[in-house]
Amino acid sequence: MNLAAAGAHPGFLSPTGVEIVFVLVGLATLGAALVTVTTKQLVHAALWLVAALGGVAVEYLLLTAEFIAWVQVLIYVGSVVVLLLFGLMLTKAPIGPSPDADSGNRWIALGVAVVSAATLVTLVVDAFRTTWIDLSTSPKGSTRVTGEALFRGWVLPFEALSVLLLAALVGAIVLSRRGAPETDEAEPETKQEGQR
Amino acid sequence: MDVVDVLWRLLAVLLAFLLLPLIVGQAEHKAMAHMQGRVGPMYAGGFHGWAQLVADGVKFAQKEDIVPGGADRRVFQLAPAIALLPYLIVLIAIPVGDGDQVGQVVDAGVFFVLAVMGVGVLGSLMGGWASANKFSLLGGLRTAAQLLAYELPMLLAAASVAMAAGTLSLPGILDAWQWWWLPWQIIGGLVFFTAGLAELQRPPFDAPVADSEIIFGAYTEYTGLRFALFLLAEYAGIVVLSALTAVLFLGGWHGPAAGELGWVWTLLKTAALAFVVIWLRVSYPRLREDQIQRVAWTVLVPLALLQIALTGVVKVVIQ
Repeated sequence: MNLAAAGAHPGFLSPTGVEIVFVLVGLATLGAALVTVTTKQLVHAALWLVAALGGVAVEYLLLTAEFIAWVQVLIYVGSVVVLLLFGLMLTKAPIGPSPDADSGNRWIALGVAVVSAATLVTLVVDAFRTTWIDLSTSPKGSTRVTGEALFRGWVLPFEALSVLLLAALVGAIVLSRRGAPETDEAEPETKQEGQR
Repeated sequence: MDVVDVLWRLLAVLLAFLLLPLIVGQAEHKAMAHMQGRVGPMYAGGFHGWAQLVADGVKFAQKEDIVPGGADRRVFQLAPAIALLPYLIVLIAIPVGDGDQVGQVVDAGVFFVLAVMGVGVLGSLMGGWASANKFSLLGGLRTAAQLLAYELPMLLAAASVAMAAGTLSLPGILDAWQWWWLPWQIIGGLVFFTAGLAELQRPPFDAPVADSEIIFGAYTEYTGLRFALFLLAEYAGIVVLSALTAVLFLGGWHGPAAGELGWVWTLLKTAALAFVVIWLRVSYPRLREDQIQRVAWTVLVPLALLQIALTGVVKVVIQ
């Protein structure tokens, strides 16, 4: 009943249950994100990143964008964070605080983060100012709707992105294979460097 | 859907989650025992020593719960829960029968189950890092490398079925399923099942836990109940993988008298696949780490792409 009322008279003064949950999850996500960038323990930062990304997925769900939410979990929690943890393990991230984890660039990083956040917030507020999701009708973020929008209205950006990703893929392969044919000659040099 | 209905569904899912992994675990003990001619405990409870399972559970619960001195306490203790819970959540979306015999219809079901299953691996990684043990760290590294390699073919194979059905919802895929999808999607099915085995770190892809090389990988330092939870996560993973393969590639509840006995068909197909998982453990030697990576990138990914191309061509031709 509350939801229907909100659909008819959207306003900030009588929040519905979904809106309250949305704000709470948003605060939790923001908190996890802040801990991610402030904690001194590298692996803890990666694990808090899981919480932050999962929170974003819950926000997508609350906005009825189910497909995007699961893709978020699949790609970011399931692959990107696993890749991060793989890198941290490979470099033997210590248990306990890493004293050298603070970069001298952090104020610049903060500035960049604030500017990009301001840009995104302005953009989103400007684009969706008066848009309200009516939860009683069919969901706007179902797989069918998302797929039709992607492959009818936005197919050109989609293809451009796929070309970009392909270029990144080829680039990564080229970089990782650099010098591979002359391994025999390169090896003594690296050994010497290791001894120094 | 009223509250009582939701509660019943959740209760059924919870019951399946508590029972099926134990049944698979017991089946593994017994099948392996007889295949290798090393029968093990045969007296507890009478028939084939079935009550040994209860005794093992009691034993695990009694053991001291040790956290190594150098370990990261909270991450170490949290890891088994992260490893186990995703499989409980996945079971909600797997349909056992026709119509509404499913915990909850998820619109993007294929993505939901694969995404949540991928989260479970974080448990092994957390345990591997937080144990402060080099064998655990090696196990964690191998786990991560294996997941990154096998997630792709698994996803591609599942995407092929979704393309064939024109929907990502698991009940929707089953509604569209015809018997001739079996030969049509067979390559994808094999790729999915193999990649799933690798994701569960089951033999022959068990280099991350290889007990004879790196003790037990990420689980080396675990004892008692937390170790039992990791073991339970492995068996729950077998149940989920077998059920998913049955639903996506073997037609789930389809079969003679599917109207009344659909759920029996699902369970039978799941049980048969779970037996294959156990069988492989007894009959195949462990792959080396580089062999595992090579199988993923040079065999499974091209095969999955071939299946997607085949699905696309057939789909266009029959429309």
